[in-house]
Amino acid sequence: MKRLPLSFALLAFFVYLALSVSIRQAVLFLVGIGMGAALAGARFGFTTGWRQLLEQRDPRGVTGQLVLLALASVLCLPLLSQYSELTAALGPPSVSLLIGAFVFGLTMQIADGCGSGTLYKAGLGIPLNMGILPLFAFGSFLGSVHVGDWLTLGQIEPIGLVTVFGGTQALLITLAGLLAAGLLVRAWVGPGRTWWDRKWLVGAVALAVLATLNLVIAGQPWGVVYGFGLWAAKLVNAAGLFDPTANAFWSQAGNAQRLTESVLMDITSITNIGILGGALWISAKATTAAQPLTTQQWAVGLLAGFLMGYSSRLAFGCNIGAMLSGISTGSVHGWIWVPLALMGTMIGIRVRRHYQF
Amino acid sequence: MTKISNTKLSVVFWSVLVLFLVWDTVVSAPIDLRNEPPLIAAGSGKASVGGHCAIAK
Repeated sequence: MKRLPLSFALLAFFVYLALSVSIRQAVLFLVGIGMGAALAGARFGFTTGWRQLLEQRDPRGVTGQLVLLALASVLCLPLLSQYSELTAALGPPSVSLLIGAFVFGLTMQIADGCGSGTLYKAGLGIPLNMGILPLFAFGSFLGSVHVGDWLTLGQIEPIGLVTVFGGTQALLITLAGLLAAGLLVRAWVGPGRTWWDRKWLVGAVALAVLATLNLVIAGQPWGVVYGFGLWAAKLVNAAGLFDPTANAFWSQAGNAQRLTESVLMDITSITNIGILGGALWISAKATTAAQPLTTQQWAVGLLAGFLMGYSSRLAFGCNIGAMLSGISTGSVHGWIWVPLALMGTMIGIRVRRHYQF
Repeated sequence: MTKISNTKLSVVFWSVLVLFLVWDTVVSAPIDLRNEPPLIAAGSGKASVGGHCAIAK
């Protein structure tokens, strides 16, 4: 598709949202387009960065992610301490989080994309990710249905660094944690490595600014998974296969209300659509090479996508909702998510290799 | 999978997404434009009430 007609289509949808939904949702759609363009344009893949670090001891992708986390923290944490309307991505430290993050880290390597990665690669037209997206959505829905049961295995209240320590100390603690993570990466890769890559750094700066805009405009951090689960929930509910009033998660007032509203009013849904659109816009001029997959690879990839959606709900977010938004808004659950997902990734890489992806 | 079938898959993918959004708009409660959220949440005095994957409930 050419970029000019595509630009008009995106503009028309923006105008429709502004006139028929709300100005805020229209602007968030633009933010989403920016996110999709930044992710796809820079090929900012969280999954790839972790794989390159573990397999090739190449730290460039993870350095980009650390820069993104640091910049987003510098921008978001002072805002959270200043404006009471803004909320952090606070997930409860729990058994559910430990299991969910581990399984998510494992399956994202097989599916070759986390939450944002699946979105932007689907937008780019990569077949496996287009196939995974609906299964991710149904997995996310099923995870949300079960998350109440998973939480009975053990949990504590969410811990927000801004609430406990205040904005300045929360920022210093977060930056110290990121520095420690950088030193661990340095110890793993050894000397003589190239640390910086312009592509990753440009993507990191763009995504940090856009994530902050998301927080300032929406009042909540960037998320991906909730929107997916909501889409599937609406379909299952409409088919009469699910009674939301009998479920702990979907009977909550806010979730029950969103089931009755248009998804165009949902914050994460609208940025998700924007990300798809931004990636599609990039794909109009970029060549997207995807290797043909065998039937077995398709089956394994789609199953991984479903499990990724399920586990992202148990983990209270993916690389975006839990890692980026969690850490950059001072949530302890983001710091627990990373090592567990990394452990899962260590196994996921081997499974990926076994099936010759 | 060939380039052509990839393109067909893209067409199917985007068609399904658009159909879903149209269906959802038709079956969902009408949007109350008079109850529009603030353009910028920060400083608006209105707390965010949106769903997020990090929130347990």
